[in-house]
Amino acid sequence: MTIDSVRGAPDTPKVAEPELVQLLTPEGERVEHPDYPLDLSAEDVRGLYRDLVIVRRIDQEAVALTRQGELGLWASLLGQEAAQIGSGRAASANDMVFPTYREHGVAWCRDVEPLKLLGMFRGINHGGWDPKEHGFHLYTVVIGSQTLHATGYAMGVQRDGVLGTPSAGATIAYFGDGATSQGDVNESFVFASVFNAPIVFFCQNNQWAISEPLERQSRIPLYKRAQGFGFPGIRVDGNDVFACLAVTRKALENARTGQGPTLVEAYTYRMGAHTTTDDPTRYRLKAEEEAWKLKDPIERVKAYLVRGDLADAGFFQKIEDEAKQITRELREACLALPDPEPLSMFDHVYGEEHPLMTEEQEQFAAYLASFEEEAAK
Amino acid sequence: MSTLTLGKALNAGLRKAMENDPKVLVMGEDVGKLGGVFRITDGLQKDFGEERVIDTPLAESGIVGTAIGLALRGYRPVVEIQFDGFVFPAADQIITQLAKMRMRSLGALELPVVVRIPCGGGIGAVEHHSESPEAYFTHTAGLRVVACSNPLDAYSMIQQAVASPDPVIFFEPKRRYWDKAEVDTDAGAADWTPLHRAAVVRPGEHATLLAYGPAVKTCLEAAGAAAEEGRELEVIDLRSLNPLDIGTATDSVNRTGRCVVVHEAPVFNGYGAELAARITEKCFYRLESPVLRVGGFSTPYPPSRIEDHYLPDLDRILDAVDRTFAW
Ligand SMILES: Cc1ncc(C[n+]2csc(CCOP(=O)(O)OP(=O)(O)O)c2C)c(N)n1
Repeated sequence: MTIDSVRGAPDTPKVAEPELVQLLTPEGERVEHPDYPLDLSAEDVRGLYRDLVIVRRIDQEAVALTRQGELGLWASLLGQEAAQIGSGRAASANDMVFPTYREHGVAWCRDVEPLKLLGMFRGINHGGWDPKEHGFHLYTVVIGSQTLHATGYAMGVQRDGVLGTPSAGATIAYFGDGATSQGDVNESFVFASVFNAPIVFFCQNNQWAISEPLERQSRIPLYKRAQGFGFPGIRVDGNDVFACLAVTRKALENARTGQGPTLVEAYTYRMGAHTTTDDPTRYRLKAEEEAWKLKDPIERVKAYLVRGDLADAGFFQKIEDEAKQITRELREACLALPDPEPLSMFDHVYGEEHPLMTEEQEQFAAYLASFEEEAAK
Repeated sequence: MSTLTLGKALNAGLRKAMENDPKVLVMGEDVGKLGGVFRITDGLQKDFGEERVIDTPLAESGIVGTAIGLALRGYRPVVEIQFDGFVFPAADQIITQLAKMRMRSLGALELPVVVRIPCGGGIGAVEHHSESPEAYFTHTAGLRVVACSNPLDAYSMIQQAVASPDPVIFFEPKRRYWDKAEVDTDAGAADWTPLHRAAVVRPGEHATLLAYGPAVKTCLEAAGAAAEEGRELEVIDLRSLNPLDIGTATDSVNRTGRCVVVHEAPVFNGYGAELAARITEKCFYRLESPVLRVGGFSTPYPPSRIEDHYLPDLDRILDAVDRTFAW
């Protein structure tokens, strides 16, 4: 038997249609799962719907701003709103979130101003929010790095001796399907497992790592990897905000009570381009996108609200108006963001005095000042 | 006062740091029961427990990456990389994450992580066990890079590194681990040379030798030999590579007019290139001859049977000194 390096071995199990936890069907029907009971009030559901709509609108606005040259780049979350809002709303104030660069919806749940996210992609700074204040770490561009920071942070929580008490917080690390190929992600699984760290690994399997499909990263469904490291893995419908909420909530609670790590694989789809510089028509079929459109995370919550008579047209209009208002203000604030002072690049490199930094900063300041003196003449 | 080897002085310094601050952790491969392959962490796990002296999985990126997370949670991890050649799997975490997170957070995050690296050759080891990777790390802003060369410095510098709010790459000259000297273990921070100060370890007037880490002792021996022939060489132990105490070096070169830089790493694009450029810029009119460099060759570190030829020794240093006088 020859192994085909392009398509894999003939008997390679195709990454099968997943058995996944689902609590809300694409048609907006509520289903029950024995392990994940979820009790949501109508108010709660309307709140989730609001989150989903607003983050999608913010994302669209950021894409538009990039097209107009106002942002250098944007990684769109289109299609992944449910995975992010569900898991993001599952986290409580004491929990600590370690995102990649696409977690705008989770950032929203952690009260990080959307403008701060835009600032980073506009080139104002490399972060700009206080991770401690929000329980939301900086975006991480090097794929997979943050999973180790999250694991170490969780080991710190463990050492603080708070697990099992009300002040316990869990840690949640976000990453993509491509990231699961990285050494750091695998090392973080090893560390989390052998130390029984209070962490949830939340993989958004959006099927693509730029142009590389899931089959280029894995021969088995990703959630099954966890077993090999010695902790549970679970696949959830990533377009189902209820299921993402329930599954993550339980995994976080397990972590807080000392029951160790969980890998959650949110099975979803990146509806847009990888980033604003990407062209998905080069590597994927329109039909695939069309099929996933039918699973839209927002439409199904809307259908559920309408079916159950839990919201009327006035409610949907109100959310629309609010989203419009938020994005209008966001756009204005983004355009008004001032460039940072050139000399600020020397700030915050070191905590303690560093003579070279001071010397170069002073020299550069004098150099810049010389132009002003020249102009004044 | 006690007489300690450099290795034992590091152990004593780590112990003090752990006693003084319950947030200090030691982590790495084999650092617990075994006390590390060089026994630098000997007995620490017995006294401070497995929660503070952590035997980690065999994964360098994992060690540094989780140390970053622990630091974000308020701990002060001291990480041991077993040998210089094995820091490269962790280089990504050190360079892209550890060094930059303070700046990325606009100062909101602090990463007081120390990465200890036994460095350099001269112990007859197999490949990847004798390297001098300092140039990779001194090139990265956001890191502090220091190298100790004697027991007293080992004892004090490790404690200063742990106390620093910045990440510190801490080089330990492995072939000097067994060198002994008197160390006042009762002395405290006020008595020590500041972490980022260079030290004149032998005064002299005819030429300056600049060195750090394992090369300092070799330079002192070379200066001893030169003195017998009537040449007084001033030897400076830089101690800190980033930031660099250039003032101590230029004061010396301005007096002697001649300078030879000595390190074990390959000369090409090595740390000595930075020293030579800065000394040239700052002492141009006082120099009697170009700054010369003595170091390893532009080869991978050779098999141990010929490492003595690769490492700068007395003769190669004195030869370079002769050349500075022949100008
Ligand atoms: C270590 C590293 N290699 C390459 C890249 C360039 N890159 C950015 S995103 C990406 C794909 C990531 O895919 P995935 O982990 O599935 O996350 P997604 O963007 O799909 O959410 C690549 C290759 C990078 N940022 N970091």
